[in-house]
Amino acid sequence: MPRINTTGELETFRQEILSQRDVDKPCITLCSGSACHATGSNKVSTAIEQEIVAQDVTADVSFRRTGCHGFCEQGPIVVIYPQGICYLKVQPDDIAEIISETIKENKVVERLVYVDPNSGEKTTLEEDIPFYKNQERLILGSNLKIDPKNLEDYLAIGGYQALVKSLFEMTPEQIVDEVKEAKLRGRGGAGFPSGVKWDFARKAPGDQKYVVVNCDEGDPGAYMDRSVMEGNPFAVLEGLMIGAYAIGANEGYVYVRQEYPLAVQNLEIAIKKAEEYGFLGENILGSGFNFIVKVHRGAGAFICGEETSLLNSLEGKPGEPNARPPFPAIKGLWGKPTNINNVETWANIPLVINKGAKAFSSIGTDGSKGTKIFSLVGKVNNTGLVEVPMGATLRDIIFKIGGGVPGGKQFKAVQTGGPSGGCLPENLLDTKVDFDELNKAGAMMGSGGMIVMDEDTCLVDIARYFLEFLSDESCGKCTPCREGIRQMLKILTNMTKGLGQKGDVDLLLELAETTKGSSMCALGKTAPNPVLSTLKHFRDEYDAHINHQRCPSLACKELIDFYIEPEKCKGCGACFRKCPADAITGEKKQVHVIDQDKCTKCRGCAEVCPAAFDAVRILSGEPVPTVATEG
Amino acid sequence: MSEINLQIDGKKVTASEGMTLLAAARSVGVSIPTLCDHEKLHPYGACRVCTVEADAHEKTSLLAACQHPVEEGLVVRTRTEQVDKIRKVLLEQMLAHAPDSEQINELANIYGADRDRFEKESNFCILCGLCVRYCAEIKQKHAIGFFDRGAKREIAFIPEIALRECWDCKECFPLCPTSALQAAYVLTEALAAPPTEPKSCGGCKG
Repeated sequence: MPRINTTGELETFRQEILSQRDVDKPCITLCSGSACHATGSNKVSTAIEQEIVAQDVTADVSFRRTGCHGFCEQGPIVVIYPQGICYLKVQPDDIAEIISETIKENKVVERLVYVDPNSGEKTTLEEDIPFYKNQERLILGSNLKIDPKNLEDYLAIGGYQALVKSLFEMTPEQIVDEVKEAKLRGRGGAGFPSGVKWDFARKAPGDQKYVVVNCDEGDPGAYMDRSVMEGNPFAVLEGLMIGAYAIGANEGYVYVRQEYPLAVQNLEIAIKKAEEYGFLGENILGSGFNFIVKVHRGAGAFICGEETSLLNSLEGKPGEPNARPPFPAIKGLWGKPTNINNVETWANIPLVINKGAKAFSSIGTDGSKGTKIFSLVGKVNNTGLVEVPMGATLRDIIFKIGGGVPGGKQFKAVQTGGPSGGCLPENLLDTKVDFDELNKAGAMMGSGGMIVMDEDTCLVDIARYFLEFLSDESCGKCTPCREGIRQMLKILTNMTKGLGQKGDVDLLLELAETTKGSSMCALGKTAPNPVLSTLKHFRDEYDAHINHQRCPSLACKELIDFYIEPEKCKGCGACFRKCPADAITGEKKQVHVIDQDKCTKCRGCAEVCPAAFDAVRILSGEPVPTVATEG
Repeated sequence: MSEINLQIDGKKVTASEGMTLLAAARSVGVSIPTLCDHEKLHPYGACRVCTVEADAHEKTSLLAACQHPVEEGLVVRTRTEQVDKIRKVLLEQMLAHAPDSEQINELANIYGADRDRFEKESNFCILCGLCVRYCAEIKQKHAIGFFDRGAKREIAFIPEIALRECWDCKECFPLCPTSALQAAYVLTEALAAPPTEPKSCGGCKG
């Protein structure tokens, strides 16, 4: 394809692409995001390609590998268009049937469609599945429609129209005003108004300015940015180009985690294609605007998601924060004015420009506009990526979209905002997804991690887990963060071992105040959140650990014991066979007994004891009854 | 450079643009404690005992005086209950590493910090970075650096450079607030490191 030099040429090319595409022609799409890749989408892809040839339907059907569909729990996912028939957990062996039945006969393969885990009801069409039906997928939606390695697919769905509008119909000031008016707030965590940030960088003196994409997503269990970058790098680049034009930058950087190989690969392809077609380089589409983008791979430090650390790392220095002010908008990369936004923020920009600020800001709450992508993980039926309008409640996300807690267990808490976010209990489930509302509740929006916990999760142990993560991931530069986390982690670890002491809670609060108050960057300032939010909402669990050496959730290994109730045990031997430590003794059809000295608390016995007997009890905070054994 | 007017502990201060709150406070005789600050080095903001309270932009914030630039109309308080409490806890955390540091103990007396509040740590270093920064910024030798991150962060000499540069310099030693012991210890260890047989003699002049 030769370079596109004018907007006219672009539109002609777009029409040409569209004219070659028959919307009624069946198209098999296969989700090829990282999650489906892990469950075998590559093998499924090969099977589809082979079977299309084998069943001689090459002319009748097209095949497209797309970005992440979001319903990761059920991957690999195949969707057949134009109907939108959705098949889940598809294996290579299923392909022959899909093609012979659905493509050739227009019949549904019933065994592969969605089955509601609670009602048993089947749903054929993707759009009708509760997981998708209750979302508003303004960003993720295009993941399903395009092959992330194919720029023509992006053009076919109206790609780069926002860039054209920006370059030819708007001044940089108007673009900044549009973003301001849209009230778009940064999706990376802090929620700072993006338009205001852009304005700082635009007005900052200096000929050389930079724009940066922050794709250093490091929250445990979070992969929103990964999926956007893997599934639609074009939209991120288009947003970046618009931002560059608005603030007056001619050079952009994308900082991607090394651990996201597919994101890096697709991004590099998208950049190369954009250069070939003339969306990047000199005199873009004849507008006189020059812009280039470079990719930088991070080396796997959580702290590099913090913007000043990211910029230091980009410069080749250790990933440690600088004091702000000066803010990057004034003095950023190599001392030049720099605007840095998160992947999702950039991906929202084409939307803002295409729809206009008014339409964009009609979605959401007063303070938070547009949609937000969450990675819904943990003890929830429908694990995956969900995109909801701001203002949706946590309850809607977890129960309507997420399908609730599996295994009939009770919901206990939801953790939002990544490792330095907060845990919210059931009575706050009606909290709206909104930057300010979540802060008020003691959690935070963060970049969009959402971890659901059930009754078996110990919140003291969860606080310990997150502090342990932060202890490793803090850069260690300033005392309150490094030492505060160290001391808090010690106290929490002791509690989970039954070594908690009176006064520990007060000490935690004092340490938290110091760390929050005097740390240099946002990592330290928010690091005590897991402790503070669990203390606020689950204080009784702390008291049980400290005062009674009891773990109410029966999760802390050092505070629990396994015991076989003699009156219930039928001597079936299931636990005896399962025990890896030879800690269980007992003859067949005789009561079995656990040797507490040998028990490693692996839970194997409790898991295999038949439900009809239910003889293994987990005890905490009480002595194990001695069992009189014969002989 | 334009003049900037602010208030520190009730005193009116006229400072020049780009000056830090710490320098502005010192200019009117208000003393703010520091451990990682050094007149010859760039502000670093590691120890945070210089944390002060300030009203600006309609809110009250805690700022590191050694790094935060003066702002017009800023109202700074260097001793409040919260500031003192934070300094106390920070000192206690550092005393877990360096219980015998004269400089830290002096401050501990002022802020009522308990030397034994936290369990003692094996590493004396409080990671103020004076040695690392002095070697990099003033001597430009980079013979000592930070290694690892988070709770595992530590300073260490780079043996190849240290062997060459440190012997007749050692200017970082007196900067160490936890006594030169740590630096000397690490240096000795570094210098004594693998006594493997040299391939060829470097040429002894003596």
